Amino acid sequence: MSAVEATAPEAVTGRPGAVAAPYDGGGRARGPGGVRRELRAVRVLWHREMVRLLRTKVQIVMGLVTPVMFLLVMGTGLESMGAVAGDAFAQFRGYLFPGVLVMATQAPALAVGLSVVMDRQTGMLRQAMVAPVRRVSLLLGLSLGGATCGAVYGALVLAISGAVGIAYHPLLLVALLEVAVIALLFTAGGMLAAVTIQRIQTFQVLMGLALMPLMFLSGAMFSPTGLPRWLGIVVHLNPLTYAVDAVRRTLPGELDMGGYAGSPQIVGWTPPVAVEVCFVAVLAVGMLVVAARRFSRRG
Amino acid sequence: MTAVADEFAVRTEDLGKVYGELPAVVGLDLSVPRGTTFGFLGPNGAGKTTTISMLCTLLRPTVGRAFVAGHDVVAEPHSVRERIGLVFQETTLDLDLTAEEGLRFHAELFGIPWRVSRPKVAALLELVDLTGSKDRPVREFSGGMRRRLEIARGLLTTPQVLFLDEPTTGLDPQTRTVIWEHLHELREQHGITLFLTTHHLEEAEHCDRIAIMDGGQVEVEGSPAELKAEVGHDTVVLRTGDDAAAVRVIAERFGLDAVSGPDGVRLRVADGAAFVPAFCAEAGVPVLSATVVPPSLDDVFLHHTGRTIRAERSGPLTVNDVGRRR
Repeated sequence: MSAVEATAPEAVTGRPGAVAAPYDGGGRARGPGGVRRELRAVRVLWHREMVRLLRTKVQIVMGLVTPVMFLLVMGTGLESMGAVAGDAFAQFRGYLFPGVLVMATQAPALAVGLSVVMDRQTGMLRQAMVAPVRRVSLLLGLSLGGATCGAVYGALVLAISGAVGIAYHPLLLVALLEVAVIALLFTAGGMLAAVTIQRIQTFQVLMGLALMPLMFLSGAMFSPTGLPRWLGIVVHLNPLTYAVDAVRRTLPGELDMGGYAGSPQIVGWTPPVAVEVCFVAVLAVGMLVVAARRFSRRG
Repeated sequence: MTAVADEFAVRTEDLGKVYGELPAVVGLDLSVPRGTTFGFLGPNGAGKTTTISMLCTLLRPTVGRAFVAGHDVVAEPHSVRERIGLVFQETTLDLDLTAEEGLRFHAELFGIPWRVSRPKVAALLELVDLTGSKDRPVREFSGGMRRRLEIARGLLTTPQVLFLDEPTTGLDPQTRTVIWEHLHELREQHGITLFLTTHHLEEAEHCDRIAIMDGGQVEVEGSPAELKAEVGHDTVVLRTGDDAAAVRVIAERFGLDAVSGPDGVRLRVADGAAFVPAFCAEAGVPVLSATVVPPSLDDVFLHHTGRTIRAERSGPLTVNDVGRRR
């Protein structure tokens, strides 16, 4: 047995069980080629998501069924109640549209998080983690891919805006940009959960539990204006409230049910749309940074 | 890195990994010369995969040091990753992509643009005989095709060391043979080092050197022939006209214990080939046939760990296991 002499004791990094230090190899200067390589890795993972998106046409249709159901079935149903219940429901479909738009982006964005939980154990990500690139690049590529998929779903929902009486106006493109930022928020949330949670079942349950109340309490389905105080506080803490409100104020036409549904107010101040979008973007980036840290540390 | 490290594709010094309180790998000292095939043989849970994960920079060692292709796996993980290929125990292919797309993306992750990797991808697909299926989604591939594709992917970045964790588990005997033909070809043509783990004794026979691992420790290391010679005893099976008489003769003339069974008289002797003619001269009973079986790696494993590797295995025996057992 051609054993080599044991190394000096001080070289031994004996810390039983501890995997605290980052084991990414990142953060080390590797010249300008290093940056290009990281960017290429980001692009590769984004590209991969695009290829997968285009290959799963059935999934796209399925992903759009729920939002369209909400819009056309629930929206139309509630609107028809306007005949007996008064004018309040008259423009409900228009009111519902921004929320449905946001809802449409969540499925594909979270699917990326789900794929991270799966792929890290047995899939392509396990292999990608041996590539000589930083893990933050892998995570960034996946997140941008997920956000783009979400934006594509959003674009498809925007395409049917005429059906709820919203004019095809250049402002729809601005709304699409906002939707892309919101999709990034969903992806970032999914990523953060994905790098924290090991079991795929836990991930799915948590996402289901978190998203339903977040959507309900975002002003997507009903206006926060008339809610009891305790529920109103939750609505104002919910980032999706500002996301939905930004989209609603951007889209052309009056979507506030004749002035009944107002924007969220922080101690009497109504944040402008730009501030709302920035808030969503900053939150998304923040969650991505935390996720990237956790991801790099796994080892 | 020092010249000493460079002679070896893989070198470890007192490498160890502890999970919580549980030591998975203890005091591993290995030196694998470049261009050789090195096999890690042991039952499930022996620490083989943990070792490979540490060498491939996926797992941080708890103690000790390891150098792969001359680079420290802890201090320079990127340098190591650029020089190794890795084929995991479980499939890590992207099932939604086609074979060619998967290889393309993998190369790009390693910083090789498509215009550079394209001819290499084509050549590798040809090598593993998947050119005709390159545009099919991997989801449709059989187990053998997936394995071959993974080996192709492992080679895409021109590694100096190719790590294979249980490369042929779950494959049928024909596919296993084909994959080994590929691996031998690779080593001869490109001089790469193969480092593999296996619990198939037949597979260990393909290696230049093997280390038998059990309970996180290397029990013994050497070439398959050396290890078998160390165990030292051939098994001889004789079919005679009178088995009972043959057993008596063996006991009286050769001082050996023989057992009479349904397949004939069975005994263990240091040099079987010399024993058979000597016995025929002395026997006094008709000898119908004689079979000499050299010690197998299973015997080696038994010798060093006190149990057979087969008893430890979780998977069912395959036709190949039985058929090629000697």
